[in-house]
Amino acid sequence: MANAIAATGLRKHFGPTKALDGLELTVRSGEVHAFLGPNGAGKTTTIRILLGLLRKDGGDVTLLGGDPWRDATTLHSRLAYVPGDVTLWPGLTGGEIIDLLASLRGDGGAPKRRQELTERFDLDPSKKARAYSKGNRQKVALVAALASDAELLVLDEPTAGLDPLMEATFRELIAAERQAGRTVLLSSHILAEAEALADRVTIIRAGRTVETGTLAEMRHLSRTSVDADLDTPVVLDGLPGVHDAMIDGTRLRCEVDNAALNAVLSRLTSAGVRTLTCRPPTLEELFLRHYSERTGPAQQR
Amino acid sequence: MINSLTSTPALVKLALRRDRIMLPAWLYVIVIGVCANAYTFSKLYKTPSSQAALAASARSNPALLFLYGRMNGTSVGALTAWRFGVWGSLFAAIMAIFIVIRHTRADEEAGRLELIGSARVGRQAPLVAALLTSALACVVLTLLLCALLPVIGLPAAGSVALALAIGTTGLAFTGVTAVAAQLTSGARAARGLVFCVLGLAFMTRAAGDAAGAAGPSWLTWALPLGWTEMLRPFAGERWWVLVLPLAMFAAGTWLAFVLAARRDHAAGLLPDRPGRPEASALLRGPQSLAWRLQWTSLAGWAAGFAILFAVCGAAAQGIGSLFGSSKAVEKEFQQLGGQSAIVNAYLAALMLLAGLCAAAFAVSAVLRLRTEETASRADPVLSGSVGRVRWGCSHVLVAVAGSAALLAVAGIATGLGYGLRASAQVSVGGEVARMFGAGMAELPAVLVIAAIAAAAFGLLPDACVAVGWGVLGLAVLVNLFGQSLQLSGWVLDISPFTHVPRLPGGTVAAQSLVWLCVIAVAFGAAGLAGLRRRDIA
Repeated sequence: MANAIAATGLRKHFGPTKALDGLELTVRSGEVHAFLGPNGAGKTTTIRILLGLLRKDGGDVTLLGGDPWRDATTLHSRLAYVPGDVTLWPGLTGGEIIDLLASLRGDGGAPKRRQELTERFDLDPSKKARAYSKGNRQKVALVAALASDAELLVLDEPTAGLDPLMEATFRELIAAERQAGRTVLLSSHILAEAEALADRVTIIRAGRTVETGTLAEMRHLSRTSVDADLDTPVVLDGLPGVHDAMIDGTRLRCEVDNAALNAVLSRLTSAGVRTLTCRPPTLEELFLRHYSERTGPAQQR
Repeated sequence: MINSLTSTPALVKLALRRDRIMLPAWLYVIVIGVCANAYTFSKLYKTPSSQAALAASARSNPALLFLYGRMNGTSVGALTAWRFGVWGSLFAAIMAIFIVIRHTRADEEAGRLELIGSARVGRQAPLVAALLTSALACVVLTLLLCALLPVIGLPAAGSVALALAIGTTGLAFTGVTAVAAQLTSGARAARGLVFCVLGLAFMTRAAGDAAGAAGPSWLTWALPLGWTEMLRPFAGERWWVLVLPLAMFAAGTWLAFVLAARRDHAAGLLPDRPGRPEASALLRGPQSLAWRLQWTSLAGWAAGFAILFAVCGAAAQGIGSLFGSSKAVEKEFQQLGGQSAIVNAYLAALMLLAGLCAAAFAVSAVLRLRTEETASRADPVLSGSVGRVRWGCSHVLVAVAGSAALLAVAGIATGLGYGLRASAQVSVGGEVARMFGAGMAELPAVLVIAAIAAAAFGLLPDACVAVGWGVLGLAVLVNLFGQSLQLSGWVLDISPFTHVPRLPGGTVAAQSLVWLCVIAVAFGAAGLAGLRRRDIA
């Protein structure tokens, strides 16, 4: 089976609000697929349709070769899910919830793997869920999902609430899962996370797919944002690979293709650099600069 | 100046805004309930002789004394105070409980109070605001009753006394609830704790009233609700009794502030202990999860049932021996069927009450599904290999088995209480078996109410909480007040509790029990079918 998830023309509305408006999503078996979009783009709605919690209003969707609404119960024994906002039963301990979730999926719960994961995430499984912080609740759901033998992991913004150390642990674990051949759908609004983990990326906005492919295919995603304060005004006209340049006296803001970075920087040093910041563009910047025209003027500012 | 009460007015405004529908609805139901009752009585029982006849039939029937309280006079006002004084107070207390928990522990558990507390808000302001909101509701309720009852034609002094009796009971439970909200870290547990106190208050006064002069009639004095009767509205008011609920309000408020100052935010006074690091073999799958989530509440209900019905069963002994005072009462007494029929009527009223209470448990157990859904805790279950019907059935089964267990406890406890105190010719085992059967006969009616809540959950999820509790409220209204209001037969017939036999003493019509079960299954199936088709919130 080539595709773990295939959705075409997916539509869903809540009253007058269109949550999904012809969304396309294809996840190949064995890949880590990042599902990117700003808040409110429809990531969680899509995932809830894939889990059979919501009924689609239109379009076609297959999950692991079945219909996610009709075959929900049988399909769910083959996947594990980490919700974006993890709410747990306040009176149960983390360890009890991990075991419960395993039994709800219908697997044995792999005690050795579970032990190893709770240690790596530094989670105390004997605490009541009411006493957990947001990050610790997230860890409970992650341990339950990663300890399972599910062939598909559906993770909705799984690192929200994790500290940087645990985020690094999470990335190591996902990389290992990819080696082991598990399929992962990873929704996020953080581009760096997708860059670090994903084989392929789907970017959505306002319920529609804007772009899908490998990161290398999306050249404009591998640009660098440059902010500089210079001694003398600089002219960048005619340099290839420079986009959206804004020059205000000695201040410069622009985006540069990584291949052209060397040429631009030497032009800047010759003008005399006082301060310089280079960073990857955030997803929000990409949306503002690249996609606002294509998907209509609604969100242009 | 910033002190511990800073921003209280803003919080009261916020509370009133959040309660803008719930609060008027409560006030409307209580005020209309009392006033409609007074109006109907004034139309139905115009002559002193008809009033005396109603009073005589009620005085000789301990079942009615048990349900509504003792009768202090025979005027229309006194009859109204008898029929709706205790129950109006009960509803005012429930209103206060919901308001106070909603704006204290429920907000704290949900984390909303943390956000509020981080603003320029005094440490005690949220608690004070919740108490003020509840007190305000009680004051408005009192004023509305004071204004409306004299319009119907009742004497002014008695109207004010009845209004104050109902309003101050609300205040007393405002105080009790404020304390409970400090004790537990969960809103559900806090609410359960106060409802235990409320149940105890009802049952102690009921036992005290039904026991008559020979029995432990002092029990009526023990807690609120009984104080409403002791104030004697429309029958030589004893104004000083009002000191009791006001003192309870003051003491509760004081204790709540003392406790609040001693604990951390979001913590109860009873600390959370660490639990098992691994799930036991008993926590496997959705059904065991449903039991795990609900068993503490069920155990609390069962303990309450056991104690209270044993006490009330014991109070049945001696009933009937104390009604021989006047000729009219004597005659009425014989018409009702003499000693054994009177005791049976009393025990049957007890079982009706057990049925209504068990239905309340069943509704709350079914509606737990909705709580789980809106808190997003249904998602992890349903994204496991668990079908929706299986998940829905898990909590419905708790409702069914739990309410059956509660009715069994009520029957057995009543039988034990009555059998152990009754004279030698009554066998304890026989009484227990008889009352067990009487309790279980209520089950089909309970199941209909629970099934309607389940149907609403599947088909009208947004309205299911209102529908579930509304249907139960309707059944309470119809079965406890329908007859004295002389409602027509079809109105009485809409409540499932009208169709269960009045046991012990009545005849069992198997057909109606079977029909109730069929209706319950139909509603339940409709709910599960709806759940399969709809979106999960």
